[in-house]
Amino acid sequence: MSLYQEVTRKPWNTVGLPDGIDPKPTFAVSNEKLALVVFVIVASVLFSLLTVSYFIRMWFGGGDWLPVALPSMLWVNTGVLIAASVCMQIAVLNARRDHSSSHYANRKTQWFLIAGIATLAFIVGQLTVWQQLTEQGYFLQSNPANAFFYLLTGVHILHLLGGLWVWSRALLRQRRNDSSHDIRKSIELCAWYWHFLLIVWFGLFYLVATN
Amino acid sequence: MAYVPLADQDDAHALHDPHSFITKYVWSQDHKVIAIQYGGTAIFVGLIALGLSILMRLQLGFPDTISWIDPAFYYQAVTMHGMIMVVYLLTALFLGGFGNYLIPLMCGTRDMVFPFLNMLSFWFYLLSVLILLASFFVPGGPTGAGWTLYAPQSITPGTPGSGYGILLMLISLGVFIIAFTMGGLNYVTTILQARTRGLTLMRLPLSIWGIFTATVLGLFAFPALLVSAIMLGFDLMLGTSFFVPSMIHMGETLEHDGGSPILFQHLFWFFGHPEVYIVALPAFGLVSDVLSTHARKNIFGYRMMVWAIIAIGGLSFLVWAHHMYVSGMNPYFGFFFATTTLIIAVPTALKVYNWVLTLWQGHIRLNTPMLFAIGFIFTFVHGGLTGLFLGNVIIDVPLADTYFVVAHFHMVMGVSPVMVLYAALYHWYPKMTGKMFNETLGKVHFWCTFLGTYAIYLPMHYLGFLGVPRRYYEMGNTDFIPASAQALNANITIAAIFVAIAQLLFFINIFWSLKNGKPSGGNPWGATTLEWQTPDTPPKHGNWGEELPAVYRWAYDYSVPGAEKDFIPQNEPGEEYEKTFHHKGGQS
Repeated sequence: MSLYQEVTRKPWNTVGLPDGIDPKPTFAVSNEKLALVVFVIVASVLFSLLTVSYFIRMWFGGGDWLPVALPSMLWVNTGVLIAASVCMQIAVLNARRDHSSSHYANRKTQWFLIAGIATLAFIVGQLTVWQQLTEQGYFLQSNPANAFFYLLTGVHILHLLGGLWVWSRALLRQRRNDSSHDIRKSIELCAWYWHFLLIVWFGLFYLVATN
Repeated sequence: MAYVPLADQDDAHALHDPHSFITKYVWSQDHKVIAIQYGGTAIFVGLIALGLSILMRLQLGFPDTISWIDPAFYYQAVTMHGMIMVVYLLTALFLGGFGNYLIPLMCGTRDMVFPFLNMLSFWFYLLSVLILLASFFVPGGPTGAGWTLYAPQSITPGTPGSGYGILLMLISLGVFIIAFTMGGLNYVTTILQARTRGLTLMRLPLSIWGIFTATVLGLFAFPALLVSAIMLGFDLMLGTSFFVPSMIHMGETLEHDGGSPILFQHLFWFFGHPEVYIVALPAFGLVSDVLSTHARKNIFGYRMMVWAIIAIGGLSFLVWAHHMYVSGMNPYFGFFFATTTLIIAVPTALKVYNWVLTLWQGHIRLNTPMLFAIGFIFTFVHGGLTGLFLGNVIIDVPLADTYFVVAHFHMVMGVSPVMVLYAALYHWYPKMTGKMFNETLGKVHFWCTFLGTYAIYLPMHYLGFLGVPRRYYEMGNTDFIPASAQALNANITIAAIFVAIAQLLFFINIFWSLKNGKPSGGNPWGATTLEWQTPDTPPKHGNWGEELPAVYRWAYDYSVPGAEKDFIPQNEPGEEYEKTFHHKGGQS
């Protein structure tokens, strides 16, 4: 029964077990996947509100907006984050095949590890950009454009750090040799989250680059 | 061994009760224990807020009789009272308390789908409460900026608690939002994915629909508060100018420049108005179930009620700026937001009609939970109608910042949800404890609270019409306000003290009944929903014994023509059929 049919039926008119014997979730995904999707929506709301605030402050503030001259290092960082996301996806592809041979199982872990390390490199790169900007005199307090740059990138880094915490647990799961189903699920969820944060970064980068 | 959530465990593991005191009552992952932890903490902190309101009333009713209530303390009491009541009591008790207790029981599951996250949610909530209360003990005391924490006032020197106080408030809110998000992910996922067999979405009790929609609202609205808290924290601690414009303070030009105070207001109310419904929607749901059970009648217009909850939830994100008519925003916004405010009154009024029509020709049992539920209809209609006044720009402008507003929002989102809280606490108390409460004491508690709150808030409307401004520590030289207003203020204070003391009856009742109450049995009200059909009362770990229940019918089969009893539980099998009955009052 489709969701639409379900919410438009007259419940007082029926008696019995319309869904048959087994309990049936509303969406045909794992609980963890659904929770992640909901969290991604929540995080999207957060970044959207930051974006709206960015524009309101830029357009309706006190006319003190001075664009930040962005360091070219940001392009390198973007490449690193894309690489992390690609590595995650390769880990997923290997995880889906790992029941067929141990070769895929090992490669899955390797790519997953590389993805995490690349993410760490991105974070270090972002902190380096912060350092470069402060050395050039773009302090947090001196202009709202600067403040938003540090705020937006900082919140994005916090989300990545949260992701890395889950990543480290998924890595432990692989070391413990948990069931391949659980491992695959954790890798898929990480990949999903990484792709989301990559898209968020594209949005934020576009935002700060075109101010 | 890999960790397996309780909801996914097989029966042999799921029914294995944790034995040590710590895992059973402290670091518990059982939704019922977490619910009681949430509820206990929320009620404790709510009592502090109640105490603060009495101190405020003493100052207003009998100015300067308590020497240590100075203007700074008065504003701190106003602020902490508001914030605690709205966020730390009502939100936490409805969703953390009743959400946790009822979702797995009403959905026929053994627990939440992520019990560890659920436990973490409570401990983060407790941490947020402790951080908030710590602000009473830091230099400068808690923030006194009003619960809306408007920038730049909240962080400007001269406002009480503009240093550590506001900082701790912002941190506490941040931690609360993390706690809520962890809990919210659990509630949503459990309701959508883990319902027992046969329990379709449209067979869910309205309590679950209310809690579900409020949780979704919270998940979307709290990020706005988080964003404003982070940016305000930056302005406070790091000297940025997101919200703070160029200002001269005590003859000195501050370093901030160009910030937008109205941006803060938009962000705050984008959270703040849905927050009203985060509190109201669970109340709508719970009261529907209480009314239907004690009227022995199916809820009138179930589908309409579900869609009204969803419609109110959606519309609640489109009305926020009706809190800002006098903020100086573009007047065209006022027209838009007045219109959306009137539109949201439609599904809300629809719910009220349906509650009244549920009572129509019912076999009403006027017991304590029912009295509180009917009391809610009165207070909510009252508060709702004054909301229509204030939703219109032209009426709001003269009434803004007067006691009329205070009376309105206390009736609609103070007294009304509290009425439902009491209805729900009395209604589910026998399930939570296995004991009945003292009915007489409960009824005395109801009448004292119901009449007492009217004695407080009805005169406040009149004070508002007189033009008595809200938030003032004392009247001062306001010639246009007659001296009799002060006499009214004294009366309000006496009524407030009376109502506050009357709440002791509730606590005496529940603690006395815990030991001396009559055994309630599993289903003392003759209710249909699943939580009343558990094999044990109070339900044991895993809730359902060996086998999960199956659901064969909707949640409101009361007084079904031809049935043996005047209720048929949801899990009672019946011959599969499509009912078409055309009796008096029935639906087809």
